[in-house]
Amino acid sequence: MKFLGLLLANFKRHRLRTTLTILSIIVAFILFGYLAAIRRAFQMGASVAGADRLVTRHKISIIQLLPISYKEQMEQIPGVAAVTHASWFGGIYKDPKNFFAQMPVIPNEYLKMYPEFILPKQQFEAWTETRTGVVAGRYLADRFGWRIGDKIPIQSTIWRPKNGGDMWTFDLVGIYDGRFKETDNTQFLFRYDYFDENRAYGQGMVGWYYIRVKDPAHAADVARAIDDHFANSPYETKTETEKAFVKGFADQVGNIGAIVTAILTAVFFTILLVAGNTMAQAVRERVSELGVMKAIGFTDGQLLAFILAESCIIAFLGGAIGLGLAWLLVSMGDPTHGALPIFFFPPRDLFIGAVCVVLLGIVAGLLPAVQAMRLNTVEALRRE
Amino acid sequence: MADTLVKMNGVEKVFHRGGEDVHVLHALDLEIPRGDFLALMGPSGSGKSTLLNLLAGLDRPTSGTIGVDGQRIDQMSGRALAKWRARHVGFVFQFYNLLPVLSAERNIELPLLLTSLSRSERKKHVDAVLRIVGLEHRASHTPRTLSGGEQQRVGIARAIVNDPTLVLADEPTGDLDRKTGDGILDLLLALNRDHGKTVVMVTHDPHAASHASRILYLLDGQLSSEMAA
Repeated sequence: MKFLGLLLANFKRHRLRTTLTILSIIVAFILFGYLAAIRRAFQMGASVAGADRLVTRHKISIIQLLPISYKEQMEQIPGVAAVTHASWFGGIYKDPKNFFAQMPVIPNEYLKMYPEFILPKQQFEAWTETRTGVVAGRYLADRFGWRIGDKIPIQSTIWRPKNGGDMWTFDLVGIYDGRFKETDNTQFLFRYDYFDENRAYGQGMVGWYYIRVKDPAHAADVARAIDDHFANSPYETKTETEKAFVKGFADQVGNIGAIVTAILTAVFFTILLVAGNTMAQAVRERVSELGVMKAIGFTDGQLLAFILAESCIIAFLGGAIGLGLAWLLVSMGDPTHGALPIFFFPPRDLFIGAVCVVLLGIVAGLLPAVQAMRLNTVEALRRE
Repeated sequence: MADTLVKMNGVEKVFHRGGEDVHVLHALDLEIPRGDFLALMGPSGSGKSTLLNLLAGLDRPTSGTIGVDGQRIDQMSGRALAKWRARHVGFVFQFYNLLPVLSAERNIELPLLLTSLSRSERKKHVDAVLRIVGLEHRASHTPRTLSGGEQQRVGIARAIVNDPTLVLADEPTGDLDRKTGDGILDLLLALNRDHGKTVVMVTHDPHAASHASRILYLLDGQLSSEMAA
C-alpha cells in the first residue's frame, strides 16, 4: 500500500496519454460485452436446449411441411417418449419491423415438451377453452404493452384465412414466463386446431416435430430410427438434437460465434499494442528516474512489480469501467427491439472479460517491466 | 584515530568498449576513515565517477576488493547490493534527479518506502531532514516549482533521510551558481561536521573541493596525490 501513492503519481505524468489509453480499453471491453451478448443471442437458447429433445423436419428444408400423420408413427418408434409439433406462421403485427415468432401448437403437448415455459393454471385452462386463444411470452407482452383479454390482429404473409382477407385475430389468454434467464419468452403460441381449420390451404400439415426421447444417451439412435422410418417416403425427414437444430437456425445468418471471436481477437490485439506502447513509452521516458530508484535501493524485482502494477492499474481501470458500461448497456435491452430476444451479458463472458483484463495488464506491461528491471543503473543515471 | 569505514584494495575496473578494453582504474588502494569529508578531483576520464559508483555499489570492480563498514560489497549479489544501498548509501546527483511527479517531501520519503517504518514514522524522518536542509516551507512543492539550489537541497535531504553510513555526491554543485553552490557545500559540511556523516564528493571545482577535509587527485585511473584541504 505504501507504494500506491508513488504508483498513482506516475499517472499524472501524461494525463492525456493515460486517459486515451484507458478510453481505448473501455471501448474494447464495451465491445467485448456487447458482442458476447449478441453471440449468446444468436445461439438463441441452444445452451439450454433440452438434451432429451429432438427436432424432426423435412429433409430438404425447414420450409417444407410434414404430414400430421407422422406424429402417431413417431410415437411407435422405440425410445420415443412424446411427440408434438409446431409450424412457422410468419405473420406481421402492425409493422414488419415488429418481428417475433408465431406458432400454432397443441397447448398441453407443447407445454409438456417445454416445462421451462411457466404458464399459470388458470391461464392454461382459458387457453384450452378459447379456440382463438393465444399465449405470449413475458418479454413480448411487455414489449407491446399487451394485457390478458386484448385482441391481437396478425396479418398473414403465408397462411391466409379461408374466409378471405389476410387478418387473423387472436385473444390473449395467457402470458408465460421463462424458468431460466436464457428461456425464450418472446413466442406467440396459438392453437393448432383453430389454425388448421381456418387456413386456406395446407390442412393436415405441420412445420416440424419435437420429440422427447426416453434416454438422452440414445438420442442419436432414436434420431436415426426416425429418419430411417420415413426414408423413401414422399416426406423424408431430418432429425437432429434441438441444440443442433437451434444452432443450424442461427447459422443461417452466418457463423456468428466465429465472426465475433475474430472481431474480438483483432480488437484485443490492437488494444494490447496500444497499452503495450503506452507502457513502453512510460519506461523509455523514465530511464533516468528508474536509475535513481535503483541507486536508492529498489531491487530489480521491485521495479518489475512496479511497472507491471502500473500496467495492471491502467488495464483494470479501463477494463472495469468498460465491462461495467457493457453490463449497463446490455441491461437496457435488445438494441434491435425484438430480433435478439435473449439478450444479456452472460456471467461466463463477464468472467472471461475479467481474466482478459488481468492478462492485458500483465502482457502489456511485461516487456517494458523486464526492460526496466534490466536497466544498468550507471548508464540509466547518465541519461537525461 | 578514527576507524576505517571504506577499504579498497587493488581495485581495477575495465570497460569493454567497441571491442577494446578500457582500463579506467588501475590497482587502486584507498582507505576512508569514518567521519571523513573526502573530495575526489581529476580531469575528465580519470575515473572519479567510476570510483564513486564502485563505492556506492552501483557497479562492480573487475578485480580487487571493496569493504564498507566491514562488509565486502564486491561479493554481494545484485539483490543484496540493492538492499545494502537502501540501508547504507545516500546519493547526491549533479542534476538532482528528483522524480518530477512527486512533491519535495514525497521525493525525500522515497528511500524510506524500502524500510519497515510506518507512515507517521516516515513523516517524522522527512520533517527532520527538511529542517536540516531548511526547506520546511517548500515541502509540498514539486521539483518544477523549486529553484536549482532548492532541488539540490531536496536531493541531499533524500540522501540522508535513511541515516546512511556513507553520503556520496557526484558534482553536487556542478549545475549551480557559485552562491547557491556554496550553500550546498555548507550543508554537506554541516552534515559531516555536525552529524558525523562520512562524505565522498566528486568535483571538478577546486573551490568546492576546498570545503572537504581531504582531497584526492586521480589521474588515468590511479591516485596521483593527496592533500589536506
